[in-house]
Amino acid sequence: MKVLTANFITCAIKDCKASPKSFPLHFQNAELELQELEFQPDFLRHILPRIDWDSLRVTANELGFPSIPETKPEGEELNNEELLRNLHQLLLETQVMEGKLVCDNCGHEYMIKEGIANFLLPSHLV
Amino acid sequence: MEYLIRFAQVHETFRRPELEALATVTGVDLEIIHYSQYSPYCLVRLPDEAAARALISRCILAKDIYELWGQGANYEEVYADVRRRTQARWAEYRDVSFRFAVDCFAGKRSQAAKTDIIQSFSFLGFEGPIRMKDVDEEFAVLEEYVSDVEAKAPTATTTTTTEPSPIPVDEGQEPKKIYFGRWVALSGRHAISKYDLKKRRYISTTSMDAELSLVTANMALAAPGKVFFDPFVGTGSFCVAAAHFGALTLGSDIDGRSFRGRDPAPGKPTGVMLNFEQYGLKSKFMDTFTSDLTHTPLLNRPILDGIICDPPYGVREGLRVLGTRDGRPREPRFVDGVPAHQLPGFVAPRKPYGFEAMLNDILNFAARSLVTDGRLSMWMPTASDEDGELAIPKHPNLEVISVSVQSFGNWSRRLITYKRLPEGFVSDMTVRRQKVDDEGVNADDLNAFRRMYFTRNKGGEN
Repeated sequence: MKVLTANFITCAIKDCKASPKSFPLHFQNAELELQELEFQPDFLRHILPRIDWDSLRVTANELGFPSIPETKPEGEELNNEELLRNLHQLLLETQVMEGKLVCDNCGHEYMIKEGIANFLLPSHLV
Repeated sequence: MEYLIRFAQVHETFRRPELEALATVTGVDLEIIHYSQYSPYCLVRLPDEAAARALISRCILAKDIYELWGQGANYEEVYADVRRRTQARWAEYRDVSFRFAVDCFAGKRSQAAKTDIIQSFSFLGFEGPIRMKDVDEEFAVLEEYVSDVEAKAPTATTTTTTEPSPIPVDEGQEPKKIYFGRWVALSGRHAISKYDLKKRRYISTTSMDAELSLVTANMALAAPGKVFFDPFVGTGSFCVAAAHFGALTLGSDIDGRSFRGRDPAPGKPTGVMLNFEQYGLKSKFMDTFTSDLTHTPLLNRPILDGIICDPPYGVREGLRVLGTRDGRPREPRFVDGVPAHQLPGFVAPRKPYGFEAMLNDILNFAARSLVTDGRLSMWMPTASDEDGELAIPKHPNLEVISVSVQSFGNWSRRLITYKRLPEGFVSDMTVRRQKVDDEGVNADDLNAFRRMYFTRNKGGEN
C-alpha cells in the first residue's frame, strides 16, 4: 500500500467513518519498500489539493520519513522540483509491504500482506 | 473546417458517445454534422488540424480522420465540390509525393474501376512522385453504398439492431454517397492489439476485452493527472485501460485472490501487477486492496476523477457482500487469545446481495467520491425486453451522459456513463429504473436478471 492511498482511506466500519478519530489509520510494524517509479510532477500538482496534509504528516512521521513541510505547498512552491521529488518518493514510491493499519476510534486492525491491505470485516463489525 | 472520421463498423452505439467524450477530455470544440449508425463515415466540424489530431489520437472505435475536400451523391458533384473548396490550395500540393486510395463501404469496385476513379482526379494537377510508402500526402475516395441492412432496418429500434453487419451490394451498382479527402491522422485503435487478452499475462474468464475496456476508459475521460478506481477490479482490465490513457489507478475487490493472482511469491509480481509490468505501466499503478463496496474504506469525500466498472452480474456465482445470511452477527471467536478474524486465512462471512441494491450502492458511492465533473462508466446487464430509459438507474447528483448497448440476443449489456454534477444541481429523475430486489435470502430470489438468464438460457454458459 502506498502512502497516497493511505491518505484516501479510513476505517471501513460505518460508525467509525463519521468520527474524526478514525482518520488517518495508523501504520504499525510497517515494513517499507522503495520502488523506483517515473516522476510525474503534473500528477502531484493535480492531486495535492485532495490530500489531507495534517494526516499525511502523521503518516510520514509514523513511517519514519524525514519531516515534510508544515503546510501544504501551494502556488510557486509547486514548481520546486526538489520538493515535488520528495513528495513523489513519499506518496508513490514508498510502499508498505507488511504490517497493520489501526483505527484510533475502534482499535480494529487491518492487515497488510505483500503490499495488499485487507479491509473485509468480521460479521460482528458489519 | 470540415473533417471526415472513418469509424470501424462495430459497436455502433458506442461510437458517437466515445467521440463526444474525447472532445470533452481534449477540450476540442466538436460539431457532428452527419452521423449514421449504418455508415462508417462521420462528418464533423473542427477548429483546425491540431484539433483533429488530438481528437482522433486516442479514439478506439474510429480508424482515421481526413480533411474533407469534397462530397456528393455522384462524381460530378464531388469534382465540383473539390474545386469550390480547395482549388486555391492545389498549388501547395503540386510537388509533394502522394498516393490515392479508394475505399468502398458495403460495395465493390474492380481494380480497373478504382484506377479510373483515381485518374478522374487528375484535374488536381499534382505533379509530385507517386509512392506507396513514406508519402507526404494520402488522398482517398470514400464511397458509401446503400446496404441491405439499412434498407431493411426498422426505424427507431436502435437497441435491437446494435450490431448490423452490412451486406455488400453487387458490383456495378452506384454508391449513395462519395467523399474525397486528404488523410490527416491515425486513431488510437492500434491499442486494441497491444492489449489483446490473448497476449495478456494475467486474465480470467470474466476479463473485459481490450476494445471495450479502452472505450470504457475513454467514456470516463481517463487522462494524465487523474485518479481512477474500479471497485470490482478482478484481473484489472479497466485499470490497465485507464492507465494506458495516463490515469493512476486504484482497484478493490471483495475477493482478494482475483487481483492478487495465482501462486503469490514474495518479491515477485503476480496478478494485476503482472499486466502493468507487461505494458510498461507500473508508474500508473496506485494500489489494489481487498474490500467490499458496501463497507469501503475510501473516504466520503471527492477524491476520484473516474470510476469504471463491470459489476458482477451474479450469474456465475451469486452476488455477495459482508454480513451473515440470517442477519445475526457471529460472536467473535478467539484462538489462543487472538481474535480469529485477525488470524491469517480468516474468511469474512458473506451474505447474498441483491442486484438492484448493488446498482444503488454503486451510484451512491460515485456521488460521494467523485470530484465535480468526474465520471462513472458502469456496465449493466439487462434482459432484452427490459428496454428504454426505464432500465437506467439514476441518482440526483449524477447526470446520465450516454448509454450504449451491446446485444447478445436475449440479453444485452449497457455501458452507462454519468457525470458528477456540481453541488446545488440536480439531475432529471422523472424517468428512471424504479425496481427493488425481491424478498429472499438466496441468490436467485434477490436477482431478477439471474433468474431471467437461467430460465431462458437453460444449459447455457456465461
